Amino acid sequence: MYAYDELDRTLINERVSEFRDQVKRRLSGELTEDEFKILRLQNGVYLQLHAYMFRVAIPYGTLSSKQLRRLAHVARRYDRGYGHFTTRQNIQFNWIKLAELPDALADLAEVGIHAMQTSGNNMRNVTSDQWAGVAPGEIEDPRIWSELIRQHTTLHPEFSFLPRKFKIAITAAEHDRAAIKIHDIGLRLHKNADGETGFEVLVGGGLGRTPFIAKTIKPFVPGRDILSYIEAILRVYNQYGRRDNIYKARIKILVHELGIEKFAKEVEEEWKAMGDVGLTLDHTAIEEVRSRFSYPPYEKLPHMPDELKKAAHDKLFERWRKNSVSAHKVQGYSIVTLSLKPVGGPPGDATAEQMDAVADLADKYSFGEIRVGHEQNLALPHVAKRDLPALFKALDRLGLATPNVNLVTDIIACPGLDYCSLANARSIPIAQELTRRFANHDTADLIGRLHINISGCINACGHHHVGHIGILGVEKNGEEFYQITIGGRADENAQMGTLIGPAVPYAEVADVIEDIVEAYLALRDRPEELFVDTVKRLGVEPFRERVYATR
Amino acid sequence: MPLVKQGRLTTDLFVHVADGAELPGDGAVLVTAERFLADPEALLRRPGKLGVIWPNNRNLDELVPHLDRLASVALVFPTFRDGRAYSQARLLRERYGYDGELRATGQILRDQFVFMTRAGFDAFEVKKDADADAFAHTMKRYSVFYQPTGDGRVTALNRRMQLRHSESAGQ
Repeated sequence: MYAYDELDRTLINERVSEFRDQVKRRLSGELTEDEFKILRLQNGVYLQLHAYMFRVAIPYGTLSSKQLRRLAHVARRYDRGYGHFTTRQNIQFNWIKLAELPDALADLAEVGIHAMQTSGNNMRNVTSDQWAGVAPGEIEDPRIWSELIRQHTTLHPEFSFLPRKFKIAITAAEHDRAAIKIHDIGLRLHKNADGETGFEVLVGGGLGRTPFIAKTIKPFVPGRDILSYIEAILRVYNQYGRRDNIYKARIKILVHELGIEKFAKEVEEEWKAMGDVGLTLDHTAIEEVRSRFSYPPYEKLPHMPDELKKAAHDKLFERWRKNSVSAHKVQGYSIVTLSLKPVGGPPGDATAEQMDAVADLADKYSFGEIRVGHEQNLALPHVAKRDLPALFKALDRLGLATPNVNLVTDIIACPGLDYCSLANARSIPIAQELTRRFANHDTADLIGRLHINISGCINACGHHHVGHIGILGVEKNGEEFYQITIGGRADENAQMGTLIGPAVPYAEVADVIEDIVEAYLALRDRPEELFVDTVKRLGVEPFRERVYATR
Repeated sequence: MPLVKQGRLTTDLFVHVADGAELPGDGAVLVTAERFLADPEALLRRPGKLGVIWPNNRNLDELVPHLDRLASVALVFPTFRDGRAYSQARLLRERYGYDGELRATGQILRDQFVFMTRAGFDAFEVKKDADADAFAHTMKRYSVFYQPTGDGRVTALNRRMQLRHSESAGQ
């Protein structure tokens, strides 16, 4: 965990006081809605279909139990008793009153949580691997760098009014859980031939109406130079990014229009011209931030405790363990993923009661720490293996032990037309229907790892382009239709999915997905071949045939 | 247009002279970049201070050779959402060492004063007198800053390191 000190806390409180003043000026009419809009967005406040939506940052996905309890309090006190975890390590509340927002922010500030820059045309919440610091084989904890970048980009006086929003994601593991290739800047921590730690810097990834996979702009930037290098990229983008058309304003369009070589050259020239402007991170500075991350006092524990051996006879426990429990870098410990995808539930939602209960379980079993991943699930990062059976029982009672992590019902979905003013079609009911269709765990297990992503509009908050199966809601003559793509992925081999054919009406989506899955089961050359690999081997044609032959 | 300088509502000594309009014989004037670049020497020889209004999409390279003879550079915010002038301001101050008046013009919200000041602006053409009154108050809003800029404020990281250093020195 990272401990905020007096300076961080002061800054957050100053921000709350500023926003309180801005809300007051808006309510008195002193600020126009046009003026207020840019200010409220920078504080995570959207005006949605039915009410204001409030988006709170969970930097690099790490929460303390105290913080999670406070989120539960906000859900209960200011909203309707639940919150929605998003694909970018944020939590959203959908029914909050404008006049109460400053109080909600002040309550969060007390535990070091804020909503700064969770929206608006500035640097968004820095995201990272939800297993950071505990994943086996990691180069080092990427959250130290995430925190350095978080600080540097918070209330940045040059980059708070960029052409468009700007998202940075960091990974330090071989397997990319942070989806860095679909971010404006993706950072991959690695060591060069001299054993020095630094970053491969990727730029210009993103989804939405013009999807791009990020390209490598520089294979190695030493850690000490990462802030100045990011500053150079942002300065080039701020000056040359398009502002004539918001649909062409993201950095991915600039990189595409200039070409990565030319863009890289511009950045390199800017970076060299910058010289020493106080952004170089010497060893002391890095250690200063590193020293404020604390790690649990792990015990020396056996690899296979008796409790686990005994519980292995319980089929329900074993199914959950195989699905939800992952290897930890410390012997005797595990990382446990808590599925927020129950059968028939809206993906990513958690009630205030669940949040409180997870906080209690984190205190009891995970040194008070919780993680939030872009798949809209939670995780307890430091669970002793001997505690797994007891934890399973507790999670099961809370409805958080659905053993479907990475399976067909672990669906990523945006809120869609039920909440969002941008959406053209519903997402949540499609997800709910699919979780019911594939509710049988044995079937889901047989299918294996398969990611379904659903977006209710082209803006792609559900990351449909990079779903193994992507579902995109569109509107045709006042009715909801859905385009289906297959073969996308968001990991280290990220790529966009391919459209399989004409959009299908709402009522047929679940049938079509079942057809695709059945086709895969018939086509895969062995049970271990993942859906996405079968698509890669065979292309979309056999799937297209299966879906459209009878329609 | 009220002008805020050194935290106070100030009389604007500069007269904006439109392209094509005749220049007054002396006195401070602000002219457009086009007019300035058409004949910089003639304008610089004229008695009276000279300022240039520099658009936010024009490269600063053309302006840099003349900086030490300009009394004011006015950068433009066509809307309060367009942040290009923040980068121009920092470049002028930090890279090119410009130390004359750096003026923010166009659509400016008082809520942006802190950002603008940190980027190097020291004069603000605001929309209403009330914005000027709010300046001092707004500038007191923040006491902690994360990034180093040319304004010389000590960053949170450096304050922590100084603190740690003095603590360890005291032991």
